[in-house]
Amino acid sequence: MLKIIDRIPELLDRRVPGRGRLLLVVAAVLLIGAIFLPLWQIHLVAPQYQEGLDLYIHSYKLEAGNEGQDLKEINNLNHYIGMAPIEEEDFAEMTFIPFLLGGFALLALRAAFFGTVKSVVDTLVLFIYFGMFSMWRFYYQLYTYAHNLDPRAPMDIDPFTPILIGWKQIANFTQYSFPREGSALLLGAVVCLGGAIWMGIRQDTSSSEVEPDPETVAA
Amino acid sequence: MRRITTLLIAVLALGLVGCGGSSSSDSNDGAPASYVPPGEKDDYYLFYSGGHSGQVFVGGLPSLREIQEIPVFTPSPGHGYGYDEKTKEMMGEYNWGDVHHPGLSKTDGVYDGRWLFVNDNANNRVARISLRDFKTKQILGPIPNSMGNHGSSFVTPNTEYLLVATRFSVPLPKGSHAPVETYEENFNGIVSGVDVDEESGEMSVGWQVKTPPFNWDLGSTGKGPSDGWAFWTSYNTEMAYDSLEINASQRDRDFAAFVNWERAEEVVENNDINTRNGVPLIDPANHEGVMYFVPVSKSPHGIDTDPSGRWIAASGKLQPTTTVFDFEQVKTAIENEDFQGEFRGVPVLNYDSIVEGEVPVGQGPLHTQFDGEGNAYTSLFIESAVAKWELPPWDDATKEDMSQAVTDKINVHYNIGHLVIPGSDSQEPYGDWLVAMNKLKKDRGLSVGPEMPETSQLIDISGEEMEMIAEDYTRPEPHFAQAVPADVIDPIEVYKQDENDHPDATWEQDNTGVTRSGDEVEVHMISQRSQYFPDKIEVQEGDEVTIHLTNVEQVSDMIHGFGISEHNLNGVVSPGETKTFQFTADKAGVYPFYCTNFCSALHQEMQGYLEVIPQ
Repeated sequence: MLKIIDRIPELLDRRVPGRGRLLLVVAAVLLIGAIFLPLWQIHLVAPQYQEGLDLYIHSYKLEAGNEGQDLKEINNLNHYIGMAPIEEEDFAEMTFIPFLLGGFALLALRAAFFGTVKSVVDTLVLFIYFGMFSMWRFYYQLYTYAHNLDPRAPMDIDPFTPILIGWKQIANFTQYSFPREGSALLLGAVVCLGGAIWMGIRQDTSSSEVEPDPETVAA
Repeated sequence: MRRITTLLIAVLALGLVGCGGSSSSDSNDGAPASYVPPGEKDDYYLFYSGGHSGQVFVGGLPSLREIQEIPVFTPSPGHGYGYDEKTKEMMGEYNWGDVHHPGLSKTDGVYDGRWLFVNDNANNRVARISLRDFKTKQILGPIPNSMGNHGSSFVTPNTEYLLVATRFSVPLPKGSHAPVETYEENFNGIVSGVDVDEESGEMSVGWQVKTPPFNWDLGSTGKGPSDGWAFWTSYNTEMAYDSLEINASQRDRDFAAFVNWERAEEVVENNDINTRNGVPLIDPANHEGVMYFVPVSKSPHGIDTDPSGRWIAASGKLQPTTTVFDFEQVKTAIENEDFQGEFRGVPVLNYDSIVEGEVPVGQGPLHTQFDGEGNAYTSLFIESAVAKWELPPWDDATKEDMSQAVTDKINVHYNIGHLVIPGSDSQEPYGDWLVAMNKLKKDRGLSVGPEMPETSQLIDISGEEMEMIAEDYTRPEPHFAQAVPADVIDPIEVYKQDENDHPDATWEQDNTGVTRSGDEVEVHMISQRSQYFPDKIEVQEGDEVTIHLTNVEQVSDMIHGFGISEHNLNGVVSPGETKTFQFTADKAGVYPFYCTNFCSALHQEMQGYLEVIPQ
């Protein structure tokens, strides 16, 4: 185990082979693509809403089904339980997330240019942090909406947290929440970055003219 | 008992096998072919005229279920119709009408699902219903020079015109007087071409043709070889003015009018035609080719053009035959001036030259419908039956013995008037079903006392033999109906906010409120689950109050009502619609207003107050 830790600096210095660098370009393209596609969808179904009400969360906007009408409908229904209207303005991160994604695409291209494992690791680590932060923000938003219910609302309902992924019964509605194409692209970008790292550390050291593999030496 | 039940089920099942071809018979074990399970939709819209109810009833085929009523000439508080300014203005001074013959708009001879036109026999009007939102958009009339608008609304193959003819004759212009004893000299009938704007559907009276004072009855428009023509039967060519039952039933043959509406249009365009009450009035004696008379067996009622446009079937209700005319021969006779005389300058076509045959369909034949497979179906009022018969060309044996043309007959209950096959008056009928609209209910169904509904009976015509499938009851009183495949019509369910062009529409709570100018109070109000904004209106006794209410909902079926207690006012506003209501606040006091159309869980809470402060 310690040996691996000892080897990290050496592994980070390894070079990403050509195909791996191509993967990094692909990652950049996927990251850019994700800006324009929905990342998440919330789908609400009730007996009198068989066709469902839909919210689509994009990196830069909140979109609703039925030409935007579904959001008005959700807010209209939510006023009965005293939930604040859901508005795009509440999602401050939508103003900067597209630029962050653009930044990550640049980092991926930078790593492709430098071609070192460590530049890819930098990109991946930062991106995973960004991803986790975004998921937490999203969860926090949902939590906040459903925990700040106006006590004067016509209907009393215990504060609740809408589900992030999966489905949940909330009063007469079944709420479904699941990732969409944009998130798939982001996952693809992670796989590309990981793949590039993997290819880099698997790179035959002899061609990169560094020291021989310590294990071989030890043997 | 059990054995009997089993036997019955077996018989029912056999019956179903026999009816074959009908859309829903295969999958529903033991259920009639008209059965449409809960949540499933019908295959056809059925538009019944509502007769003297002044409305249109919308049903579904094959279930015969009533789906909706469309108010046209009569107020309907359930739809808020006749309480807001727009519908009040449209209805004018009348609060009823007599709707007889609905006509669907057509493009290239087939239903295009845009509009439904209906007539008002009582007050000489026609109305246009948009099938986009199933609401009445225009009422035209009373039509000048026209009295008793029975022979309408017959739609030409590209909805160029609605053709309408008068059942009654009066001295013209309307409002002038002549003793009824001078009926022959001083009274006239009228055929009108009501122009329909291609884009907007807006109707206007294009031209009229003056006729002798016959009672024009039913009609139909030509198509194919007979495109450009329209046909009406008449009774009372005797020109009797009293005891018509006897005096108008003397002649063995009355006249049908064959009117060339394209020629009428041409005459008006190319000549300086005198107008009467603003409408160019053509005297057919002065303009050749506009109108011809055709003798038809005694006191005919229906005259129907087959889908090919070549065969015209007219039924003399006092003779047991339906006469089939060949329009190709009509054209030849006109070309050759093959006339057997003239009446008031209008040529009478030589009957023998144009008749193809007289089919002995049965007692009291009225109307004929077509299945598009070469069969015709004629309603027999006196016999209480429907006769199925073959259209020409007939073989020699049939020509020799015309009774061979009649291939089937089915009893109906009772005294059938009109009958309808989806698409029968278009160039492409959908020949699965026939609905018989019967005038007398008698012992059918539960009794509801002396005021009886009418019966509708569904007959499967997809097989060789007609088969009775189902029965339903309708409020008074469907005459004719139209039926159209469901997918031809594409209705909206919400008026989109950006399409609302009412000048006083309000969408935001911030823009609502009450403003005053002198003793006129104007309220801009919105309704939204489950509140009105504002929900208090304060006025002085004697104020003229105008309320513009916008239902800001944008979801299907979220309709809000608006009833004010003790003010004889009930609005119903569809999602995205704005309606204007006006009244004089002439009673001091506090009056609640509330949502009359159940909307939401807190519908009961949806209310407000009108405060009328005493002077």
